[in-house]
Amino acid sequence: MTDPAKTPDFPILEAQSEVKGEVPNTYWKMVWYHFKKRKLAVIGLWVTMFLFLVAVFASWLASDKPIFFYHGGKVYFPVFSDVDKVGPFVWKDLKKKAPFIYQHVTGKEDAIAIWPLVKYSPTEYNLLEYLAPPDARHWFGTDDSGRDVLSRMIHGSRVSLKVGFVAVGISLIIGIWLGALAGYFGGWTDIVISRVIEIMLTIPTFFLIIAIISVKGSSIYNIMVVIGLTGWMGVARFVRAEFLKLKQLDFITALRALGASNKRIIFMHMLPNAMAPVLVSAVFGIAGAILTESSLSFLGFGVQPPTPSWGDILSQSRNYIEFAWWLTIFPGFAIFMSITAYNLVGEGLRDAMDPRLFR
Amino acid sequence: MTAYLVKRLLQIIPTMLGITLITFVIIHLAPGDPAMLKLQMGKGEGTLGEKAFSEQIIQQTKELYGLDKPLPIQYLRWVQRIFTLDFGFSFKDHRNVWEKISERLPITIQLNIISIFLVYLIAIPCGIYSSTHTGSITDNILTVGFFLLYSLPNFWVAMLLIMLLGGGDFWDVFPVYGISSIGSETMRLLPWLLDRMWHMVLPVVCLTYGGLAYLSRLTRASMLEVIREDYVRTARAKGLSERVVIFKHAFRNALLPLITLFAFLLPSMFGGSVIIESIFSVPGMGQLGFEAVLSRDFPVIMAITAISAFLTLIGLLISDILYAALDPRIKLE
Repeated sequence: MTDPAKTPDFPILEAQSEVKGEVPNTYWKMVWYHFKKRKLAVIGLWVTMFLFLVAVFASWLASDKPIFFYHGGKVYFPVFSDVDKVGPFVWKDLKKKAPFIYQHVTGKEDAIAIWPLVKYSPTEYNLLEYLAPPDARHWFGTDDSGRDVLSRMIHGSRVSLKVGFVAVGISLIIGIWLGALAGYFGGWTDIVISRVIEIMLTIPTFFLIIAIISVKGSSIYNIMVVIGLTGWMGVARFVRAEFLKLKQLDFITALRALGASNKRIIFMHMLPNAMAPVLVSAVFGIAGAILTESSLSFLGFGVQPPTPSWGDILSQSRNYIEFAWWLTIFPGFAIFMSITAYNLVGEGLRDAMDPRLFR
Repeated sequence: MTAYLVKRLLQIIPTMLGITLITFVIIHLAPGDPAMLKLQMGKGEGTLGEKAFSEQIIQQTKELYGLDKPLPIQYLRWVQRIFTLDFGFSFKDHRNVWEKISERLPITIQLNIISIFLVYLIAIPCGIYSSTHTGSITDNILTVGFFLLYSLPNFWVAMLLIMLLGGGDFWDVFPVYGISSIGSETMRLLPWLLDRMWHMVLPVVCLTYGGLAYLSRLTRASMLEVIREDYVRTARAKGLSERVVIFKHAFRNALLPLITLFAFLLPSMFGGSVIIESIFSVPGMGQLGFEAVLSRDFPVIMAITAISAFLTLIGLLISDILYAALDPRIKLE
């Protein structure tokens, strides 16, 4: 199909399977068609969707309260949000009847509960079991307070993804705005905005982030905002470049001749055509934001306990690094896997949208 | 060339002003009064009682540091002082900030320069090889390998290296603390140098591996574009050996994007330094910065931000000059 010697393609994402049917005719369908051909990119996409589902259904996957509970004629579902209605109930006495299903029969009290995959909550600690290596009960071991690592990791994915998406959202808003203004109006606006971009690029970003977080406090909202405020430069430059290219085209001149307002031209006509590099930048941005958030948690500037975060587990493992390998390997691998997945999707998108690959 | 140089140096000034402005603004986001903070630092940690000091002392401190003047004036005075490298005194131990930084700056610069050098040294040959053997197994392995390396979080890699190579269950090959062993002052030059290098291996590896992916890919892409050009075909038709064609003709023309990358490697290295230096207890600027952030030592934070940014600008300038020097097509005004 494409001759490798002719195209600056990367073997990692070479087209590995032909997709049946004709090449579709709308831009995004075409992009999707070419994206699907790269197996690794599709795997990346699956992994990101898996992560998203894990984050959304974290409480269903790991909690110390059952999902479904039947007791005294009443059904509670899902329990972890209805705990008050259930009242105090000793979950631990229930005996295992089938995988995930526990039953407790004492005279008239009959209770059935269906448990989530991991029967521990991220904050439930048991000092008797601290620093236990992985075994049948704690599949990923426990940390130094006896908290189950797998449960913390599942709930930690929520933090990572929240920060990733919101931070990138903020940086997109800022970046698209500034890039569009700079590209469309040119002149002094362009000079000033390009200067600002250059300044923000020269300031050491990570150091700036920890400085701001230390001053403003390390709540998850501050983290999201700060990462967003320091990551918009790439998007701005891409949008600016696209706008500079688009400005020359005839249809923009025609729009102006028709008397369209600047606002209309920018938002309804130019921006939709400039989205391609923005999307790629956004996906890579999510990977970067996940990395930054876990670095911050690692250094202690991330979300505060008891909220679990992958970087947080890793920072704990620093103290026990000689023997508690499970504290280092599992969360680190989770971070690595998420970043790789988003990078793969970003790469796949970039190659799918690259007009230079002869097709 | 001189005119270009002067023009570029002049361009640095507004950028530096912008950087100092942003740094200044950020520090003053801090809740609380800098004068109060300074007094509290002096008194010790913990007490946040606002009534702990009489009004007079607070007022005097403010006047002493010029904090009672409006903010723009404070900013101008700060910029003025920076020109004479007077960054003030650290809140933590009242030492001259510039002294503290200049003690540590050489180490950070050493680590970063060695890293960048290694990145170029490893990535460029790999990129050239990949471009001449596209689709081969080696090319695939290199690309996939570098991609995975790029995705690894650097603090995780640091910890894995410590776990595997720095003592513990597996091998104990490299030291994990500091930059020299105990008693290093008494060593002669060569053992001291070797000891230093031995200590630097792990931090440098952590700083280096991430940049390999980008640079090797850029080299590969750049080379592939150049190899398609007609003059390469001509060189081959002339009967020149492949080696000469690749290295003398293709590579030199593919070099340009790699130079511009140098400008972007520097800021990322400074940022990475903070984490790596903290993990390996390397007494460099990154660690100083981290400690300063932990102890809210604002003069040091501002100074480090300004100095790192300035060094990055110098890096940009160097890469621009190299670019202009290498490409005769660029006219220097």
